[in-house]
Amino acid sequence: MRRIERNRIRDLVAQLCIQANYQLPEEVTQALKKAKRRESSRVAREVLDQLIENAQIAREGIYPLCQDTGIVEIFLEIGEDVKFKMQKAKGKIQSLEEAIQEGVRKGYRKGYLRKSIVNPLDRKNTKDNTPAITHTRIVKGNGLKITVFIKGFGSENVSATKMLLPSNGKEGIVDFVLRKVQEAGASPCPPIVVGVGIGGTLEKSSLLAKEALLRPLGRPHPKKEIRDLERELLKKINGLGIGPSGLGGRITSLAVHVETFPTHIAGLPVAVNINCCALRYATGIV
Amino acid sequence: MQKSSYELRTPLTIEEIKRLRAGDRVRISGTIYTARDASHKRLLASLRKRSLPIPIKDQVLYYTGPTPARPGRVIGSCGPTTSSRMDPYTIPLLKRGLRGMIGKGERSQGIIEAIKRYKAIYFVATGGAGALLAQSIKEAEVVAYPDLGPEAIYRLEVEDFPAIVAVDSLGRNLFERGNQ
Repeated sequence: MRRIERNRIRDLVAQLCIQANYQLPEEVTQALKKAKRRESSRVAREVLDQLIENAQIAREGIYPLCQDTGIVEIFLEIGEDVKFKMQKAKGKIQSLEEAIQEGVRKGYRKGYLRKSIVNPLDRKNTKDNTPAITHTRIVKGNGLKITVFIKGFGSENVSATKMLLPSNGKEGIVDFVLRKVQEAGASPCPPIVVGVGIGGTLEKSSLLAKEALLRPLGRPHPKKEIRDLERELLKKINGLGIGPSGLGGRITSLAVHVETFPTHIAGLPVAVNINCCALRYATGIV
Repeated sequence: MQKSSYELRTPLTIEEIKRLRAGDRVRISGTIYTARDASHKRLLASLRKRSLPIPIKDQVLYYTGPTPARPGRVIGSCGPTTSSRMDPYTIPLLKRGLRGMIGKGERSQGIIEAIKRYKAIYFVATGGAGALLAQSIKEAEVVAYPDLGPEAIYRLEVEDFPAIVAVDSLGRNLFERGNQ
């Protein structure tokens, strides 16, 4: 049994929130540079230049990559041999969940990040960007892996899940994904990254689509059937011509990632989770 | 098609924007005001009570909600948000003489027609370039609805703020031609 202290978790979450908001992952910067090499229109190249320069400015640590510093999603992989040592705070022993939320609070304060979270009906701001959404998986071993994913809402607003039927098949999936990307147009800040979740249930397909976004950018799926679908979707999405900033061009999407899960004989759930050109995540291991 | 570049100074007059065409590149200098979802809702309520907290005639609204400024800095990251969310609030402001809007993405057909009718203009700035765009902002001050936090209305003094004309005063829409 390994013991991990609460403050370590809090501090790591805070650090990852700041890192993700200021440092665009190297593979995303590379994908933007590659997109620029493939674009021929002047306006598309100008937009990509701005995005590349934006990432350089943000890296200096004064201005976050985007003013939409997102809703925070935290993916935890907790080893089954880990025991959390929770110190008392305000006379109460705090839970792992509370340590994580405190980390988000700290990161958003120290990182000068925008607090964008409101209660859904009265629209009152919670003023510290919490609560973050947590997804936990228990895995073998005594490690703890924390991934912070910053999700902006220009792209979340144009994402969707649909309960297709078995008769819709692969063709129905391709049609649905293309329709959603076409409808999204310029709103999600293209060039976008497209996560597709196929199978499971309503919420499982959505979660698969989100997890698909977190696969290292452009790394193809190990299964050929899925890899081929990813390629087909990418080609067709780029064929839409939406282009960087929606101003026309060859590169509408930097990558399409598909994840699947077995589903019921009666159904074919599909989720499309769109991400903007700033795919922001950071991972830490305790 | 060869597109032109223009340097604009706010407030914008009808005469000035008439020469601009969808696709033209502009650099905007002068005073602009930020407004997004919650502040638009408040602006319309203020308009009904005839107590607008900011001037509207010939002014430019920038759809954005910046990140907090670090000590010694004017503002944080400050790029455009999705303009179509402001569509339901825009026509009453255009009627009052709002001249320009800066945001990202397409507008509804109704707004494009209103832009033409009221001789206004819609610019797009690069979505996702908030750190870069902040470099053009020289002053920032909250002038209305401070309780809205990031959604408060800021008066910004900008210099050479880069944008592209997306809908011109003749109602021509850059996005309609974008898919070629």
